[in-house]
Amino acid sequence: MFSNGEKRIDEVFARLRNRREKGLITYIMAGDPELGTTERLAPLLAEAGADIIEIGVPFSDPLADGPVIQAASERALRNGVTIGKVLASMQTIRAHMQVPVILMTYYNPIYQYGIERFLDDANEVEVDGLLVPDLPLEESEFLRQQASNRGLAFIPFLAPTSSPTRIAATAMVAQGFIYCISVTGVTGPRDHLPISTAGFLGTVRRYTNKPLAVGFGVSGPEQARMVSAYADAVVVGSAITNILSRGNPSKLPLAQVTTFVRMLKEALMA
Amino acid sequence: MNGLPDEQGHFGVFGGRYVPETLMTPLLELEEAYREAKRDPVFCRELQYYLTQYVGRPTPLYFARRLSERLGEVRIYLKREDLNHTGAHKINNTLGQVLLALRMGKSRVIAETGAGQHGVATATVAAMFGLQCDIYMGEEDMKRQEINVFRMRLLGANVRPVACGSRTLKDATNEAIRDWVTNVKHTYYIIGSVVGPHPYPMMVRDFQSVIGKEVREQIQDAEGRLPHYLVACVGGGSNAMGLFYPFLEDDSVNLIGVEAAGQGIDTGKHAATLSEGRYGVLHGSMSYLLCDEHGQIVPAHSVSAGLDYPGVGPEHAYLKEEGRATYVSVTDQTALEGFHILAETEGIIPALESAHAVGYLPALVAGLPRDRIIVVCISGRGDKDVHTVSNLTRMANHNVF
Repeated sequence: MFSNGEKRIDEVFARLRNRREKGLITYIMAGDPELGTTERLAPLLAEAGADIIEIGVPFSDPLADGPVIQAASERALRNGVTIGKVLASMQTIRAHMQVPVILMTYYNPIYQYGIERFLDDANEVEVDGLLVPDLPLEESEFLRQQASNRGLAFIPFLAPTSSPTRIAATAMVAQGFIYCISVTGVTGPRDHLPISTAGFLGTVRRYTNKPLAVGFGVSGPEQARMVSAYADAVVVGSAITNILSRGNPSKLPLAQVTTFVRMLKEALMA
Repeated sequence: MNGLPDEQGHFGVFGGRYVPETLMTPLLELEEAYREAKRDPVFCRELQYYLTQYVGRPTPLYFARRLSERLGEVRIYLKREDLNHTGAHKINNTLGQVLLALRMGKSRVIAETGAGQHGVATATVAAMFGLQCDIYMGEEDMKRQEINVFRMRLLGANVRPVACGSRTLKDATNEAIRDWVTNVKHTYYIIGSVVGPHPYPMMVRDFQSVIGKEVREQIQDAEGRLPHYLVACVGGGSNAMGLFYPFLEDDSVNLIGVEAAGQGIDTGKHAATLSEGRYGVLHGSMSYLLCDEHGQIVPAHSVSAGLDYPGVGPEHAYLKEEGRATYVSVTDQTALEGFHILAETEGIIPALESAHAVGYLPALVAGLPRDRIIVVCISGRGDKDVHTVSNLTRMANHNVF
């Protein structure tokens, strides 16, 4: 089956360009605190203005994540969430929502599930793209090839430490967009983003026409607006997870989350 | 077999660099710096100087007469890594890496530690060279290894408790990697075993292979021939890799790695990664791994905190697949027997890690023709474990005292 997730992501960025808007990519951890919440929340995020939904697969050893996402991952794992259950949940989410979905998962869960089986099943439930934070260019060839054969976008990362050679090589294989890490560090909201982010994105631009999304550290609308001056989209994850974690499981602050997402999106328009 | 890893850091399908993009350029720079240092006679002389004058190398290869007699008609030699400064083989590696950190102009070193031996060895060389030093240690391990926490603090290191995940070595490693990703410009990460992303497994192996190189010469002097067996414990696998590596091309030398079977393989409470694990990715490399079918890492168990790790060095995985080395496992109980027998026959109290290698000897010797030569690596001394063994002995109502 060929799903053309890459094309659906391209269409989002084309539409954004026409409207002179910047994109909002919202990240939530699947199964935080249980999968029912994720299934309800994803469509609400889309309604509130998210252009792409990024869904995290929990992992016991998330070494690229800061305390907020680590805690979300632990909550999900305590509830028995697995990569297979996340894929099953996607079916429900897809029934209520049209915006592209990308899965963010560390490599070991994919590897144990079976790379080709995982890609087939992800395709089946209309996942559009993949982010694998511990799979750099050098190790990702097989997964990239297999994803591409099925029309799933493999979205690479670039970091402020990436050399020009690596930026050029990454730009060559990028599908959908490039995820640019704003700071050298792990995920998590920060009060200030480094000034050098503008320079870093400028460098990447010299090597590619692909859309650039900036993530890691974006904590609110004002920051989103600032970094969006140099990017095509902004990824917000820990800040959303923080709001969600403040409620109690019986009464989750979903309205607060959607209000926050609306504010983020407004900051990216006009 | 000596030409590995390949350019991308692979030993067959194992190894590699499964890390966030932020670390790729620093890893490439580290590899280049290491390759240059290795070719630089000044660096090699300096390393040699400190190994001799500070660490106390070469360590003896001691013929264990009473242990040999006790076990049968074999000739058992002990490679005395327990006699190194700080009491274990760990310093062979931390010394090499700290010299590299200085060469690269880094002002701060960080490390992960489980039992605290690698933490102490890192804090020691950091103190010697006046570098800022932060050691990540799981809260659970800090409780179990209080004395080592105090030792590290005495040496001026900042011990940072890790409260996430299972609060043990694997989580301390995650946290050290997160620190490195954040502070990579001025910070050098000293990994303690032959694990992690390329070039670490290669580099740590090279620094530790001083063990095997010395054994090669020493056994020639003592016996006029190479040994029949090399035996070493395997957690991450650095003392074993250091002992094995200079003998990889000598097919007559059998290589045996001894893993921790904990309370028994069947109980699920063990650390026998090579014997019982599956292929997978943890902490930057592909190797054998203790994880469930969903890819979540399963905590390891062993009476020895230094073997309590759900991963293992990728080169060991390769040696297993190639059939060049054999990996076995012994339980906590058998390791304790090894601990006691070495103390009683030779007056040497080994670390509980090394006691696993000793504990395997009766089983190995049982099937051997006479006069076989066996070299066992005593990777560390057991002072740190006396308290644990005393508690276990009391619990088992053993009449040693």
